Amino acid sequence: MRLELHKVHIKGLDFAETTHVKDGVLYVNKEEAEALIAEDRNFSKVSIDFARPGEKTRIIPVKDAVEPRVKIGKGNYFPGFMAPMGKAGEGDTLVLDGAAVVTCGPIVAFQEGFIDMSGPAAPYSPFSETYNIVLSVEPVDDLEKHLYETSLREAGLKLAVYLARRADENGAKADEVTVFEKGDTFEENAKYPDLPKVVYVCMNITQGLLHDTYLYAADLRPSLPTLIHPNEVLDGAMVSGNCVSACDKNTTWHHCHNPIVQALYARHGKELNFLGVIPTQESTILDGKIRASQMNLSIARQLGADGVIVSEEGYGNPDTDLCLNAKNFEKAGIKAVLVSDESAGTDGASQSLADATPELTGFISTGNVNEMIEVPAMDKVIGYPESIAVLSGGAEESLRPDGSMYVELQSIIASTAEIGFNKLGCEWV
Amino acid sequence: MTLRVVHYINQFYAGIGGEEKADHQPELREGIVGPGTGLNAAFGGEAEIVATVICGDGFYGEHTDEARAKCLEMVKAQKPDLFVAGPAFNAGRYGFACGDIAATVAAELGIPTVTSMYQENPGVELYSKKTYIVPCADSARGMGKALPVIAKLGLKLAKGEAMGPAREEGYIHRGMRKSFFHEKSGAERAVEMLLKKLRGEEFRTEYEMPTFKKIPPAAPVKDLKHAKIALVTSGGIVPAGNPDRIRVSSAESYGEYDISALDNLTPENYESIHGGYDRQWANIDPDVVVPLDIMRELEKEGVFGKLHDKFYTTTGTGTAVAFAEKFGREIGEKLKKANVDAVILTST
Amino acid sequence: MTREIENAAGVPVVQIATIVPIMLTVGANRIVPGVAIPHPTGKPELGEEVDRAARKELIMRAFHAMTTPITEQTIFEKN
Repeated sequence: MRLELHKVHIKGLDFAETTHVKDGVLYVNKEEAEALIAEDRNFSKVSIDFARPGEKTRIIPVKDAVEPRVKIGKGNYFPGFMAPMGKAGEGDTLVLDGAAVVTCGPIVAFQEGFIDMSGPAAPYSPFSETYNIVLSVEPVDDLEKHLYETSLREAGLKLAVYLARRADENGAKADEVTVFEKGDTFEENAKYPDLPKVVYVCMNITQGLLHDTYLYAADLRPSLPTLIHPNEVLDGAMVSGNCVSACDKNTTWHHCHNPIVQALYARHGKELNFLGVIPTQESTILDGKIRASQMNLSIARQLGADGVIVSEEGYGNPDTDLCLNAKNFEKAGIKAVLVSDESAGTDGASQSLADATPELTGFISTGNVNEMIEVPAMDKVIGYPESIAVLSGGAEESLRPDGSMYVELQSIIASTAEIGFNKLGCEWV
Repeated sequence: MTLRVVHYINQFYAGIGGEEKADHQPELREGIVGPGTGLNAAFGGEAEIVATVICGDGFYGEHTDEARAKCLEMVKAQKPDLFVAGPAFNAGRYGFACGDIAATVAAELGIPTVTSMYQENPGVELYSKKTYIVPCADSARGMGKALPVIAKLGLKLAKGEAMGPAREEGYIHRGMRKSFFHEKSGAERAVEMLLKKLRGEEFRTEYEMPTFKKIPPAAPVKDLKHAKIALVTSGGIVPAGNPDRIRVSSAESYGEYDISALDNLTPENYESIHGGYDRQWANIDPDVVVPLDIMRELEKEGVFGKLHDKFYTTTGTGTAVAFAEKFGREIGEKLKKANVDAVILTST
Repeated sequence: MTREIENAAGVPVVQIATIVPIMLTVGANRIVPGVAIPHPTGKPELGEEVDRAARKELIMRAFHAMTTPITEQTIFEKN
C-alpha cells in the first residue's frame, strides 16, 4: 500500500475573493466558506476567524482540530464523512501542512478546552504553532446535544476538506512529498524475517456523548477491536468525536499525524517490522474492558507480534484498560510499552493512575493533567471565555476579571496527548 | 553577593564527643565547624557558612520540641539564605534530627533547606517530602562525594533557579510528580523503550508501578449463626449534616457511628458526601452503598449472629494511601477489641 | 483499608465494589463484585423490589465469602 502526502507548507492566512494557496499563504473566501457551513440548519450563526502563531489570541472552548486535506483531483476526504465510503491509505493526498481548522462553539459537555497562540500555555499545545482557521458556530435553540455534537464534528471536517479542495482546484503545488509504503504482513515478514514484529494498539475513548471515536465513520463504542494498515490511520480513517478531557483527547488532526505510527514506520525494515494498527475500545463496563484487551491480544498473537506499543486516551477508568492490556500482553510473552498521562493531583503527590499492575514495566509519561498553570489575559478571545468555569480543569474562580486564568493543564487542548505527540513527561521531584 | 548559609551538625562531628556527649544542648558557633570546611569549599565562593548550629543527637531525640525550638531561633537570628544539615549517613538519630530541623526551618522560615543521609536512614522516610535530601553512603567515607552534590543543590535552590527532576539533580524525590519537557516526544521515547525491551537491554520506565502489600487471607468464619459482623465503607455515607466534617475527597479522617438503633438508612438520617461519584441514588437510599436494611432483616432471621453496633465510614476518592492504611489499622484494632468476627466493606 | 483491617483485626473482610482489578491491586482477599460505582449494593434504577433482592443476594454472597476457606485473593462471582 502506497500513500503520498503532498504537503503544501502554510506560513500565513488571509481572506480573499477566492480560496487558494499562494506563496505559502492560505487565502480564504470567508463568505463562501461560511455559507458552506451554514448549509447545516442546526447552526443559527457561523463565523470564520484566524488565529496565527505568536498572536495574543485565545480560542475557547475548542472541540476538535482538523488538518485541511483532500484526495488530489477527487475533491473529497474522510471516507464515510466527507468522501464516499471507501478505503483510505492509498493514492495522493494534498495536505495544507501547518494549517488547522479549529472548531469552537458553546460547550457540548464539559470536556472541550482552550488554545493560546502565545504565552505560557502555548508550548503545551501543537495548535499554538499552526495557522488556525477557527470555525465558530451557534446552535439553534434547544438543539439536542448529540445532534449538536454531530453537526459541529462534521462542520470541522467539511471546512477542512473545502479548504484543501479549493487549494487543489486552484493549482496548489506541494513543497514536499512524504511517502508511506509497506506491503501486507506476509510480504513484510518474508522481507524482514529477523526483525522483531511490532503492533500498535490505539486505545480510544468510547463512552458516549463527547466520548466517542469513529473508524471509517463507524462509532467504535459498539464495535470490536480490529486491525488496519498504518496508512489508513495517516489518511483520515479515524475521526475524533470526543474531548476527554481536552488535554488527552486525540483530535482528528492527531490521528492523521499519529506520531507512534510515524515513529514505528520510520524504523520499519531497519530495526523492526511494523505489522499494523489495532484501534480498540475503552468500555464503561468491566466485561467490555476485558473483552477488548483479550481481542487486542488475540489479534497481536495471530500476527506473531513480539512487541506492542499501547496508547491510552483519557484517564481514570481507562487506566484499568491500560493495565489489562499490559498484563495480557506481557503474560503472553509480548513485550509492551504503554503511553499515558498521569492524574497526580495539583501538587503531584497523588497516585498517578487509578489502577496498577506489576506487568506494566514500560511506561511512558505524557505529563500530569492536574498540574496548575497561570495564563495571562489575551488581546483577543475567540469563543466563550466564561466557559472555563465548567470545563474539566477549570473552576468557578478560574477566570479572573482581568481575563487571566489559573487552570489545570487538562483544560489545554492536547497538552498531555497520550499518542505521544508532545515532549512533556512527568518525573519525580 | 555571597549567600549566607547556616549549617547544622551533631556533637560528634563538632568534635565535642561521642555517645557520652549525646545530651549536648543546642549551641551556636560562628563560622565553620567540622565537615563545614568541606561544604564551604564546595560552595566555590558563591555562598558562605556564617554559623553552625550544634546539638547532641540524644538531646534532639529525647527533647525534640525544645531542641527544635532552640535550634530554629538560632537559625532565624542568622537570617540565612540557605540551611544545610548533616550529612547524617546511616546514623538514625542524627538523620532524624537533620530531617526534622531542615523540615522545620523550611516550613517556618520559608528558606530552602538541604540535608543528606543514607537511603535507608529512617530520616528519609520521615522527611523526604519536607526537605531536599541528598542520598549518601552509610558512613563518613561518603563525605567527599556528598558535599559537592549538597552544595550544588543548595546553591540552585538559594538562587531560586528551576529545580529539575530528582534523578538528574541528585536528591531523593519527595514523592511528587512534575511535568518537564523532554528532548524527544513521547512517541519517540516509546519506540526507543520498546526496542530496548525487545533486545533485552536495560531501560528506565518513566513511572514505577506502586507496590501494594498483600497479606495471607484470614481464616473463615466458622459459625455464621453466632458471628458478629461489622459494616465499613469508603463510600462517604455519613449521618445527615456530616457532623464530623469528613472531607468529600482526599479524606484525612473517618467516622465511627452507633447504628444500634437504626434498621434502615434513609435520607432523613444519613447522606452521601462522596465527591467521586454521582450521588443521586445514594442520597435517595443510602442502603445502596451501606446495606443496613437487609443486614437487619437477616440478623432478625438469624442468618448471622449480630450486627456490630458501630459502623465506620470515610470517603475513598483522592485519599492518600497512607491515610487509607492508617484508617484500616485503627478500625481493625477497634473491631478486634469488640470481638467482631467478620467485616463487610463496601466501596464506590 | 480492607487489607489493613483484615491484618489488624485478624478476621475476614469481604469487600464489595465494582472495579475488581483495583481491589485485586490494593490487596483485598475476599472480593464480591458490586453492581455499579454509584450504587455497589443495589439496583435502585430497577425499582425497590429488584433493588432489595440484588442487595440481599450480594450480602448472602458476602456471607458465603467470609465462611469459605481461601489461600489467595478470590473473587466470589454470582452463581
